[in-house]
Amino acid sequence: MAEDNTRPPSRRSLLGWGGAGLALGAAAAGGAVAMTRSGDEAVPAGDAGAAVPFHGAHQAGIATAVQDRLHFAAFDVRTDDREEFVQLLKDWTRAAARMTAGHTVGEGAHGGLAEAPPDDTGEALGLKPSRLTLTIGFGPSLFERFDLSGRRPKALVDLPKFPGDNLDKARSGGDLCVQACADDPQVAVHAIRNLARIGFGKVAVRWSQLGFGKTSSTTPDAQTPRNLFGFKDGTRNVSGQDTSALAQHVWVGEKDGPDWMAGGSYLVARRIRMNIETWDRTSLGEQEDVFGRDKGEGAPVGKAKEHDEPFLKAMKPDAHVRLAHPDANDGATLLRRGYSFTDGTDGLGRLDAGLFFLAYQRDVRTGFIPVQRNLARSDALNEYIQHVGSAVFAVPPGVRDKDDWWGRGLFTGEA
Amino acid sequence: MRPARLSVVTAVATAAALTAVTGCTEKSDAKGGANSVSVTATDDKCEVSKKELSAGHVELAIENKGSKVTEVYILFPDDRIVSERENIGPGTKQRLTAEVRAGSYEIACKPGMKGDGIRQKITVTGGGKTAKRDPRLDKAVAAYRAYTQAQADETLPKAKVFTDAVRKGDLAAAKKAYADSRIGWERTEPVAESFGDIDPKVDVREDGLEEGQDLEKDWTGWHRLERALWQDKKIGKREKELATLLDKDLLDWQKRVGKAVITPTSMANGAKELLDEVATGKVTGEEERYSHTDLVDFKANVEGAEKSYELLKPVAAENDPKLTEELDKQFAALDKLLEKYREGGKDSYDFVSYDKVGKADRKELQDGVNALAEPLSKLAAAVVKSK
Repeated sequence: MAEDNTRPPSRRSLLGWGGAGLALGAAAAGGAVAMTRSGDEAVPAGDAGAAVPFHGAHQAGIATAVQDRLHFAAFDVRTDDREEFVQLLKDWTRAAARMTAGHTVGEGAHGGLAEAPPDDTGEALGLKPSRLTLTIGFGPSLFERFDLSGRRPKALVDLPKFPGDNLDKARSGGDLCVQACADDPQVAVHAIRNLARIGFGKVAVRWSQLGFGKTSSTTPDAQTPRNLFGFKDGTRNVSGQDTSALAQHVWVGEKDGPDWMAGGSYLVARRIRMNIETWDRTSLGEQEDVFGRDKGEGAPVGKAKEHDEPFLKAMKPDAHVRLAHPDANDGATLLRRGYSFTDGTDGLGRLDAGLFFLAYQRDVRTGFIPVQRNLARSDALNEYIQHVGSAVFAVPPGVRDKDDWWGRGLFTGEA
Repeated sequence: MRPARLSVVTAVATAAALTAVTGCTEKSDAKGGANSVSVTATDDKCEVSKKELSAGHVELAIENKGSKVTEVYILFPDDRIVSERENIGPGTKQRLTAEVRAGSYEIACKPGMKGDGIRQKITVTGGGKTAKRDPRLDKAVAAYRAYTQAQADETLPKAKVFTDAVRKGDLAAAKKAYADSRIGWERTEPVAESFGDIDPKVDVREDGLEEGQDLEKDWTGWHRLERALWQDKKIGKREKELATLLDKDLLDWQKRVGKAVITPTSMANGAKELLDEVATGKVTGEEERYSHTDLVDFKANVEGAEKSYELLKPVAAENDPKLTEELDKQFAALDKLLEKYREGGKDSYDFVSYDKVGKADRKELQDGVNALAEPLSKLAAAVVKSK
């Protein structure tokens, strides 16, 4: 199970250069610039096949340019044995480093003993790394275990009940989470599946969510994606390259405390169901009023271009953009990485679809909570959406090198 | 009940490839010769004319000089059958032939066709050697074979309590005896399923029937009666016929269970399959959808898996001590979890009706099964690593 990055079958070998674009991912990962080199061709990291460096000051998968697909899983801890849990985190870290580089888990998916199931499940064989990132987070309930209550960050608060919430316990919470983002859904699913397998007996999947079609981007220059309501979403998102904005709004600072969280972030995950059918019967005028933008260009009310500075007062008082804007929330700014989801139909013939909202911030108390309070109270969009799942996690800083592991700071007390 | 059992097929193929021994009971062109053995069977003896044979074609000339009908077997050290001849009447002669490779074997006579039989060890030398196996594994296989036989033997009278009640039209008594009648079967299900034809007769569920099969005519076995008792709440003529048919089919199982191909690998995989049964059919409540006695089956499946494991453990613990440590822990954890649902006394099989087990509790049971089944899937590898 050694960190053998050369043994076949390697998905990385299918790559050319990590190339210039990778610097974006590398910058996001704290400037630990790493390139993948196995050929002469230069391939920009924006290329769907490239590998995103796993090691760095921050975990990949936050400021990293948003990939196309998501498999997000929340786990419950099933062991009371601290050592066993720490070993799992180490095993997971090793597997994550291999998978994000395009390698198989353990001894691979074939060629081993005929009598034993292979270590790796095999469905990602022959696929590129697909910019897979794996990001771990620790839920509030984890801190009630293993004598960790003293290390629970103050910024990791339990979310208050917001008006209109209709939360399903079976889709909420979790002692820990892993966010898998990739440009190939098979690669993201493979990663979660293999981590779940390694975890059996120590952790159990509590719930998971597949996502497609990113609904916001951390590369504002690229075209802003649309949500399932057909509107551009995330026009004003934090850029993954804007280090000062990241430092101000996303990364936990050295003085924020606790020490082990410096360089980390806080994640809020919300499963937001959309009433697709009633929305589709809504007049264009109302749809645009609800958002405060036009549907075609995405320009704010009274403006011509998507990126024009919005004049909030021109929008209806309950327009979504107006209420969500930092100016309406004492400057509260979130880094959003949400995805659309469609889990078939709901038994009543309605599309079980919506937005799996993921937001990273430096402090939940000054990030998600004030914004959502504002929205839950009066957002016109509330008629068409319902929050049905909710979770919050402390996302530790990056895994620094091969000897480091997810959660080391939390469990050893060393930053 | 699962429609296809890959690993059993694999196990059979593996066993065949490993031993390359053909049991052929009717080959008349090999009379006499150096490899002919006379077997004289009586009611308390099983005499053989020689105990050293050469590899290749072997012929047993059997004479039953006793007063009971007997049968004669050539057996591997783990009690697998190389070849057999049944129904040898008193005062009659029969021939039994087999192709045998070098190795140790036993010849067994079973007067009255019951029990382990009277054994004689024989040695076959020369020719290609069969792969040598750890004698502890042979012992484990023999013990497991005895276990599966005992489970079948004990099931028949329990099944009769159930079927008698059905025949009497006693709904309450039949319901009471139902789950208990299945325990032995559930403990050894992968072996029973390896025969292919018994399982669909006795343990098929409504949804296991094929297109064109008639629910009234073609559906037989425990679950058909389960539906009559719990859903239709009545016992008619057809149910009484089915009770008698169930007895007959279970008798067939009891008679054949000793002939199942069992290897250390199939034992280990069988243990995992028993957990798979729990994971796919019991946790969901599909198996006992009318009676909701799923937790009885659940318990029996786990017990059967634990039996296989305990027998293989001496070898597995040597090859992979971390694995057996984990398995000990997870078996104990799952047993403990099941205890929460036991309603009767310590060793009773009275469990909470599964329709009373909520979603969150079912999830906890599923998590427990996953925690055990994942390491259990590595048991076969830990066993074959043995030199």
